[in-house]
Amino acid sequence: MLELYGQQVSSRLLLGTALYPSPAIMAEAIKASGADIVTVSLRRETSGGKTGGQFWSLIQSLGVRVLPNTAGCHSIKEAVTTARMAREVFGTNWIKLEVIGNHDTLQPDVFGLVDAAKILAAEGFEVFPYTTDDLVVAGRLVDAGCKVLMPWCAPIGSARGPQNPDALRSLRGHFPDVPLIVDAGIGRPSHAATVMELGYDAVLLNTAVAKAGDPVAMAAAFGKAVRAGRQAFGAGLLEPRDMAVPSTPVIGMAAFS
Amino acid sequence: MKVLIRGAGVAGLTLAHELATRGAEVTVVEKRRQIAGNASWHAGGMLAPWCERESAEEAVLSLGRDAADWWNAALPGHVMRNGTLVVAPARDAAELDRFGRRTSAFRQIDAEAVTALEPDLEGRFGRALFFAQEAHLDPRKVLLGLKEKLVQMGVRFEFGFGAVQAPGSPGIEVDCTGMADTRPGLRGVRGEMLILRTTEVSLARPVRLLHPRIPVYVIPRSGNLFMVGATMIENDATRPITTRSVMELLNAAYALHPAFGEAKLVETGVGVRPAFADNLPRVERDGNTIRINGLYRHGFLLAPAIARQAAGLILGHETKKELADEAHR
Repeated sequence: MLELYGQQVSSRLLLGTALYPSPAIMAEAIKASGADIVTVSLRRETSGGKTGGQFWSLIQSLGVRVLPNTAGCHSIKEAVTTARMAREVFGTNWIKLEVIGNHDTLQPDVFGLVDAAKILAAEGFEVFPYTTDDLVVAGRLVDAGCKVLMPWCAPIGSARGPQNPDALRSLRGHFPDVPLIVDAGIGRPSHAATVMELGYDAVLLNTAVAKAGDPVAMAAAFGKAVRAGRQAFGAGLLEPRDMAVPSTPVIGMAAFS
Repeated sequence: MKVLIRGAGVAGLTLAHELATRGAEVTVVEKRRQIAGNASWHAGGMLAPWCERESAEEAVLSLGRDAADWWNAALPGHVMRNGTLVVAPARDAAELDRFGRRTSAFRQIDAEAVTALEPDLEGRFGRALFFAQEAHLDPRKVLLGLKEKLVQMGVRFEFGFGAVQAPGSPGIEVDCTGMADTRPGLRGVRGEMLILRTTEVSLARPVRLLHPRIPVYVIPRSGNLFMVGATMIENDATRPITTRSVMELLNAAYALHPAFGEAKLVETGVGVRPAFADNLPRVERDGNTIRINGLYRHGFLLAPAIARQAAGLILGHETKKELADEAHR
């Protein structure tokens, strides 16, 4: 079973909670996906107001673990402040750390990310950093105290799927013992299955489900794809080869005589 | 039959109209000193059930498709039936395809047809979706106009109702107070909007600008005004609009037409839409009390159908406990 910061996690699919047609559909989608961790953005969705808690209590009623995130933060200070607020609001040391470096691509500012991770880890946070697939940055994040890494496979919400499978493979190879979660860029279940087949520990996605024609059905499809990819990885995948190999058993040649 | 309606937003006023038309003796009490300021006041006023279907349930289309007829009959001259134009910046053209897949009753049109509909958008969009059956109205004019008409029809209004007792004992009391209703399950979805004034652009119809992050609409109003809206934030705070929201809404208006860059920003507004978890409205009866709530971002679109249902319930033509229930999944 997957373990993240000492917590056993039964589902390898993590879902975001934004962009759904309604909270009711979001709740059904989360159930259909089988996810037991959902991400919640503090900044815009839940702060302030007397019924701000309504959305939050709906999520709580689902019995899932919440991974608050610092979505939309563009500086270290902003991300650190948001993380501290999230700890108060959600009562967890878990934080998905996002420090955005480019407004258009929502690419992480990996320099700011490492610094913010250091600050938060020192304050006892358990940091889930949203990063690129850069190997050296991943090493710095681990040095900073991160015990989970969340590389993108394509820009957030782009639905482009794994853009650089070799980089993802390399990251897996270099960090065999760090839980790796692909966060961002997954567009379809086959993308999720692909990264799981590479040996990734889990997948985090939001838009691909929330903006699907039928979010509940798509959530279920992703749940299956993640399980299939993981199972296939465990089963040992056949390497591609150039030589064709017949797959019909040769029982014996017919004898015409 | 005597009916007391609490709340003079779009839900309360449309219900008052339905009931008064059918001969009920109606009193409307409103805690504000005037009509202005509620969520309805900050609405866009689009009667666009086909476009809304992009993210809303089928019930929003089935309950909302006759809304323009209702408003036109209740207040002739206020409904503009010019359709809705849906455009996307060239970079985000895929958003148009996605929108089209999720909606119906539109035509795919080319640049020339866009220019024919909206001459000021000439050369700005290579293609668009045109929803010819949709309509829009100016919520503020309509709320004030409806109130005046109701007064003439004999409906009594009491403003600042905190201190006012209901006259006599009403037969039926209807809660249309939106976010002031404190029942569990109701949440607020904050919406922020701007009003711009410019003489350099004119539009004949609401234009929706699709964008992967911040879809917005620009709605023309008389007096060279344009309403730009609206954010959707899971929050019921009524504090002033944030700079980020102003920036995003203005960026979108500017992307629609650069002349909006020189427009005057004459108003910013914040309304909180009452919504249930499925974002669909409900009419509920408990003895002599009826509650109408959860119109979400579809106040002017769904209030007529909901008012009709509630009026039927009040005047005894219907017996089901939760009329809007068939709209629920």
